[in-house]
Amino acid sequence: MEDQVTIDKLDNGMEVVVIEDHRAPVVVHMVWYRAGSADEKPGVSGVAHFLEHLLFQGTKNMAPGELSRVVAENGGTDNAFTSYDQTAYFQRVAADRLGLMMQMEADRMVNLQLGDEEIRTEREVIIEERNMRTENDPGALMREQARAAQYLNHRYGVPIIGWRHEMVGLDLEAALDFYQTYYAPNNAVLIVAGDVTPEGVMELAREHYGALPPNPDLEPRARPQEPPQTAPRRMVFEDPRVSQPYVVRSYLAPERDPGAQEKAAALMLLSDVLGGGQTSVLNEILQFEQKKVVYAGASYGGVSLDDTTFSLVVVPAEGVSLQEAEDAMDAAVARFMQDGVDPEQLIRIKRQIKASRIYARDNVERLANSYGRALTSGLTIEDIFAWPDVVEAVTEEDILAAAREVFDDKTSVTSWLTRPKEVTQ
Amino acid sequence: MKTFALKTFVCAFIVLVWGGAPLRAEINIQEITTPGGISAWLVEEPSIPIVALELRFKGGGSLDAPGKRGATNLMTGLLEEGTGDMDARAFARATETLAASFDYDTYDDTIAVSAKFLTDTQQEAMALFRSSIIEPAFTQVALDRVRAQVMSGLASDETDPNKIAGRTFDGMAFGDHPYATSIDGTRESVAALTRADIVAAHKAAFARDRVYVSAVGDISAEELATLLDTLLGDLPATGAPLVGKAEFLMQGGLTVVPFDTPQSVVLFGHAGLDRHDDDFLAAYVLNEIFGGSGLTSRLMDEVREKRGLAYGVYSYLVPKDNAAMMLGQVASANNRVADTIEVVRAEWAKMAAEGVTAEELEAAKTYLTGAYPLRFDGNGPIANILVGMQLDDLGTDYIVTRNEEIEALTLEEVNRVARKLLQPDALHFVVVGQPEGLETALTTDPKADAAH
Repeated sequence: MEDQVTIDKLDNGMEVVVIEDHRAPVVVHMVWYRAGSADEKPGVSGVAHFLEHLLFQGTKNMAPGELSRVVAENGGTDNAFTSYDQTAYFQRVAADRLGLMMQMEADRMVNLQLGDEEIRTEREVIIEERNMRTENDPGALMREQARAAQYLNHRYGVPIIGWRHEMVGLDLEAALDFYQTYYAPNNAVLIVAGDVTPEGVMELAREHYGALPPNPDLEPRARPQEPPQTAPRRMVFEDPRVSQPYVVRSYLAPERDPGAQEKAAALMLLSDVLGGGQTSVLNEILQFEQKKVVYAGASYGGVSLDDTTFSLVVVPAEGVSLQEAEDAMDAAVARFMQDGVDPEQLIRIKRQIKASRIYARDNVERLANSYGRALTSGLTIEDIFAWPDVVEAVTEEDILAAAREVFDDKTSVTSWLTRPKEVTQ
Repeated sequence: MKTFALKTFVCAFIVLVWGGAPLRAEINIQEITTPGGISAWLVEEPSIPIVALELRFKGGGSLDAPGKRGATNLMTGLLEEGTGDMDARAFARATETLAASFDYDTYDDTIAVSAKFLTDTQQEAMALFRSSIIEPAFTQVALDRVRAQVMSGLASDETDPNKIAGRTFDGMAFGDHPYATSIDGTRESVAALTRADIVAAHKAAFARDRVYVSAVGDISAEELATLLDTLLGDLPATGAPLVGKAEFLMQGGLTVVPFDTPQSVVLFGHAGLDRHDDDFLAAYVLNEIFGGSGLTSRLMDEVREKRGLAYGVYSYLVPKDNAAMMLGQVASANNRVADTIEVVRAEWAKMAAEGVTAEELEAAKTYLTGAYPLRFDGNGPIANILVGMQLDDLGTDYIVTRNEEIEALTLEEVNRVARKLLQPDALHFVVVGQPEGLETALTTDPKADAAH
């Protein structure tokens, strides 16, 4: 994979990653900022995402909506997203339009210009977005509460979209404050994937991004960290719109750190061993053997700037209570800790991971995404290149050791999603 | 079985053209017929040692026997749950060992069966894949377990406003036709399904007379022919008869389904144009301008950009095999949804009356013709496009002619289709939520405002 990928840097500090794929005359152009919702100041939750919307609402050189219109006129598609640790803007277009994309993306990195009308309308749009993603979905409301319970001090406990009562007060000043602090070439990663050469990309990048001034006041990303969690936290989230109750357990867990990814690799494999599909330990025991759940899963978000979570979920079978399902899940994990990792299962999982790297070459956009996410989550290109070997070296014993460390009741949040008792079906 | 020699002819060596300048993308489609008589489209792409194989079986969930709603869907969900002496877990372990992936999905009119595999384990992967399609075990244990998963999904759907809206709309639109109900079935119908029902659904669905095939990747025409004859040769020649046309029964109006949730979900639409209608492509371009995928459509501009009434609003053509619709969807807070509906209604009427402008048509043509070649950017996406073209009765040359046909559309043509397709009086809104002030909005003259 490394022979497909080239990394470079502009004089103003903007990093450049080029991923070559010459099968189709297409290019994906992305700019990633090392700034996400967890970098917001207190009191303006949602401003990172609000600003992302506002970046489509005009600059000194472009009218509101013009950028998307120009992309469409060139046969391309564009979008953007905001996460806890990063914000990214991207276009997918014919490779010979790359320069135009860079010109417009560079323009909105420094020339944002907004009217009151755009602010007011776009604020209503993000509130409808919150309605759609969160307020209308009891599972999403429960996850929001669970994260708030997991993170007492870190901004990972605040939803990316924002708390509603703070979103309604978001204004131009808050958006521009975030923009001026974080939107600068020395806080950005340019990723170009597709039918391009590194030399061609660098030439265009110097032309369009090279003249942008770096922000000399950019601070290191040191965000408030979690205090030690010393007691398990539990909640029951009730909503009459719930038809299928379930249990989610999350534990605070270490993330992939630069130069130290071993533990994270073991945790990633642990999530596959416990919850990755039909043959995983939780499904073997809970779904096939005991028939107590209709679904069991495990997940681990290793790519994260600060402490992440390792989660387990069980969806009980009909007639099985949430308490029974949770107890069965705990017993299954305990049994796994006793029995250890099945070496054949680990071989299968590693073989699949290896193959997934071959399959990944068929989707250069997804590949570009994984590079962008990693590079804006505190990892370096060397860490990304080293990752396959780090994963390959993980042993059964490493996985158990990681499990013993992460499955600590005292760092857990257990959430039940259920319908209120008085409501009957 | 009658035997043929492998027939392969290069039907299209296609240089995608965009903006007058030829792009280098060359989609070299080979149309083959195997000795066993199976037709397939192939694009050889040896640069990555993988193959994407797409199979489509016409019929789909609409083949469910009377009273057996959900049988085809449950049957499809059981294909990877064991075969011969392999149970579900043994099958999954074997699949994992080969690092292959198989997907089985039921839709209204088709069953989609997909495989991705590494070239160097092709034999083993295809043997496993074959056993899942041809010789599924359908054990009672697996049936009960997967049934419980389907029932869990059905329970969740009952309180999902989007699902409620879709099911309400379909029920009103299609009367006694299978399209009126979900292919997942109901809790009652799924609970009653027996192993015999599943076996019957399998026999009805999988046959050589209804299969469409495409493959893209590191495989030759000869290898693909052998693979397909082994994979599909033992299927019966014919399956169950396909269902007939559905009448679109819904009248214009408004249906509110009360549901206690902060944001009302709205599904709207009326009858549409058949995929084979001569005006379909014009309708497609018209819809792109009206409510297409980008941020720049008329609906998006009026509802989101100008008024902030919703995060997204879209319209789309739904050409099913036996009915066609033009639909749209949007979601707004309960106290704003009446305004949103008023805007949509006004835009619908305005488009029917005035059509699109020359500038809008030009912009849509540039976008659609420019975006088309960008779809062909990976084995999986190309295989999907190729099998979809076969289902739509399109020839391999469509990849070349499609953009030319779009370029040739005139303003008069598109606006004639706007008058024919868009019927403001037939437009029906299904609203799921606690909408406020809807009656007032509906008595307002739809042309009075909201279009400026």
